[in-house]
Formats: sequence, structure tokens, C-alpha cells
Amino acid sequence: MADEKLRVAMFWGAACGGCDVALLDIHEHILDVIEVADIIFWPCAMDFKFKDVEAMPDEHLDLTFYNGAIRNSENEHIAKLLRQKSKLMAAFGSCSHMGGIPGLGNFHDRKSIFETAYLNTKSTHNPDKVFPRTEFEVPEGKLTLPEIYDTVKTLNQTVPVDYFIPGCPPNPEQIWIVIQAVASGKLPPKGSTVGASDKALCDECPRKKTELKFKQFKRRHLVHPDPEVCFMEQGIVCLGAATRAGCGWRCIQSNMPCRGCYGPLPNARDQGAKMLTAIASHIDSEDPEEVERILDTLPDPAGYFYRFGLPLSLLHRRQRRNA
Amino acid sequence: MSFEPKIVGFLCNWCSYTGADLAGTSRMKYLPNVRVVRIMCSGRLDPTFVMKAFSQGADAVLVAGCHPGDCHYQNGNMKTLRRIPLLRRTLAQLGIEPERLRLEWVSASEGERYQSVVNEFVEQVRKLGPLNLELDPSVERAAG
Ligand code: SF4
Ligand code: SF4
Ligand code: FES
Repeated sequence: MADEKLRVAMFWGAACGGCDVALLDIHEHILDVIEVADIIFWPCAMDFKFKDVEAMPDEHLDLTFYNGAIRNSENEHIAKLLRQKSKLMAAFGSCSHMGGIPGLGNFHDRKSIFETAYLNTKSTHNPDKVFPRTEFEVPEGKLTLPEIYDTVKTLNQTVPVDYFIPGCPPNPEQIWIVIQAVASGKLPPKGSTVGASDKALCDECPRKKTELKFKQFKRRHLVHPDPEVCFMEQGIVCLGAATRAGCGWRCIQSNMPCRGCYGPLPNARDQGAKMLTAIASHIDSEDPEEVERILDTLPDPAGYFYRFGLPLSLLHRRQRRNA
Repeated sequence: MSFEPKIVGFLCNWCSYTGADLAGTSRMKYLPNVRVVRIMCSGRLDPTFVMKAFSQGADAVLVAGCHPGDCHYQNGNMKTLRRIPLLRRTLAQLGIEPERLRLEWVSASEGERYQSVVNEFVEQVRKLGPLNLELDPSVERAAG
């Protein structure tokens, strides 16, 4: 086994493609990867067919990086297939780790998303109200499309996952550290989060913190934040307090607040709930009516708190109780 | 069959829990729907507790602490006072009526007040109906 190369796969579910690019962003290290690993399946980069995977014996692959959330029948089918064919399965990136941006679909459902996308957007002209169908007969035969689900799930809510690599996308330096760990066989226990720190981003962030409080929330695109001072102290929601460090505070360096893509801290079950606590402590008021007025300046709190993690959160989705 | 709301009550040790105790030792009658969890201070209430209660079948959550100015830890309840409205707004966006989360101040001597808060809240939740969360069991599987 020692001189046999690792057999690796990379697949995208409901994703933007950024994770695939991030893997390439390890730059010339990709050549080192080829030294130790054969890339058996990577649809974004090379031509493979699902039937090639179906034909493999079980556990043929040493490791699969699965990026993207599970939101349609194809995502689910391939996730199950790759799980069966892989010794180790890693959720790669925020979408497969916790739902990611596609996970925001859990504020809606298939019907409302279809109505927006195929009827109500200003640029749409669809007088016959045509919606995508999973099957369609044409003279040449039957065309099929995967079925979109009402609810987006994480990879681990679909198949058992061995390792979690957070980030939207994961930081290439961290990806390289993970790959080295795999190649040397020095992986932490299964179930671990790898390629990230166990501390909060605030612990690593170099901005000045003075425990300032504020009476008004400010939206990032409407102000020029002081690049030296903590965003929260300037009234701008920053998720650093409830987010794992590891990204190299890349948004903060670009004078953008953290949106939480590295996910909850160890032992924090719900990132949004933790963030809520941190935010409330910065509000400068002890008067219930004034608190409400201040909160009126924070539109869409749930959208901030669960920007990347609604499917992973305790409540998972918006409840359609009166639907 | 009539609907009996399941309510989880988080009561601070120094005021509200003692107030509930007083209601009990004074043999006041009140509806049995609130399952009480004692916390040291209302400020200890991590919003995760509330989310978890809802996700595991609670129809509503009651949070009770010392009156403003009376918190045993000086200002723990002031944190609660800011957290709960933000949590209610967040829950509303997630499709859970904010009325299902209630914050009350109950002192150690207000057994009667605890009695009326509970009775009133249970009736209010009864009108709202069961929460019946739409929650796939796989959601329990967290990550990392
Ligand atoms: S809240 Fe944001 S800006 Fe402030 S210390 Fe934390 S990561 Fe840095
Ligand atoms: S600063 Fe926050 S949102 Fe930006 S990359 Fe880091 S963890 Fe992700
Ligand atoms: S001790 Fe009762 S609210 Fe703080």
C-alpha cells in the first residue's frame, strides 16, 4: 500500500464552483498533490461520467472532497454513491459543511423560489407560466432533470461525513495543510473539523476593541468603516465572535465584516444563537422601547445570523406553518 | 382532544424560581403546562436553549428573571432585556410566532404574579395552537 497513490475524488453538489477554484488556488502544490494522489473523479476539471463511479468497487476511493449542499435529487444520489465508494468523506466548504449560500433557500421553498425565478423577476417574460419539469417528452425521447427539494440539507444530514473543512471557500493554505495530513496519514479522529482553528475569529482579529456600545446599527455599504477599529463597535454586524478562526481574517483585511463562513465554534450548536448574544451585548440601552427602536435599524437579523448556516442550525429552515 | 401546550420555563434562581416556589408552598393553583428549568440568572439564558426547546417539541418558552435593578448579578437581566426582542425578531423570520417566547419579571415574593403569568401564557399558547415543527430527524446530526 505504501507506494500506491491515494485515490481522490472532488465533486460539486449545490455550489458556485468557488470550492473547485480554491483547490486549484493551492497553486504549484497541485503538482505535489499529483505526486501522492491520483484524481479519479473531478467533474469540474476533467471529463468523467457518473457511470465510471458506479462501476467502482465499494471503498475504491481513499478520500472524497464533496463541496456543495444537497438541494436536488442528483446532489443526493451522487453524495450517497460517493459515500459508498469512499473510505473517507470530507465535507469541503461552507455549503456541504452547513448549507452555505444555497442554504438561504431554507427561508423559502421550491414553490416560492420557482415563482420568483420563473415569473416575478423583472427580466422574466414567461406568459405561459412554464416551470422546469423533471421529465419532458420530445420526439427524440425523454429528457430528464433532477428534482429540486423544498429544503436544503448539509452533506452530513444526507450521508455520514468523516471530516469537515469549513470556509466559503476554504482558505487554500488550510487546504494544503489538510492534504498534507491526509498524505502522511496523520489525520485527527473522525468527525473532526480540519483546516480551521478552535478559537473565535475575534481572538485573532487585530482590530482595536474598546467595548464601545452603540444606539444604531449601520449597514456596511452605507458607511466608511475605520479600518483599525472593530466593526461591531462601529455598529456594523460582524460575526467574528461566533465564527471559527482559520480563514486568515480575509474579509476583515478587506474592510468587510465577517459573515461567518467558517461556521460555529466547537461545542456551539447554533452559530446564529451565539451571534445574537454577542450583538445584544453591544446595544446601548436598558429601556425596552428604545431597544426595539435600535433593533429596527437592523433589517433581516436571521439573514445575518444564518448567512451560511441555516440548514445546520437548530431550526433548520423557516417553518411553513401557515402555508 | 384538547391541546395541552408544552411550555419550557427558564427561571432565574434568585427571584423567579423562588417566586414559583412560593406559589407552590402557598398552595396556589395554576396550570401545570410549564416545565421549569432553573438557571442562575436570566442573563445566563443562551438563545441556543430557546432554539433547542423549540426544536425538541416545546410549543412556547417562558423566561423569567428579577425585576430591573434587582438582578443578583447587577445587570444580567439587562442583557436578557436586549436579547429577547432580538431573538423574537429572529424567530419570526424563521416562521415561529414571536408570541411563543415571553419574558417576565417575577420577584421572590411574587408567587401570585407567577401564578397569573403562567395561567395567562398557557391560555395564550393554547389559542396559538401546537407548534408542530417541520424538522427532518437528520437535522440532529450536527457537524464538527
Ligand atoms: S467583531 Fe469582527 S472586527 Fe470586531 S474583533 Fe471580532 S472579527 Fe474583529
Ligand atoms: S472573515 Fe468570516 S466570512 Fe470572511 S472568510 Fe473569514 S470566516 Fe469567512
Ligand atoms: S439573578 Fe435574577 S435575573 Fe439575574
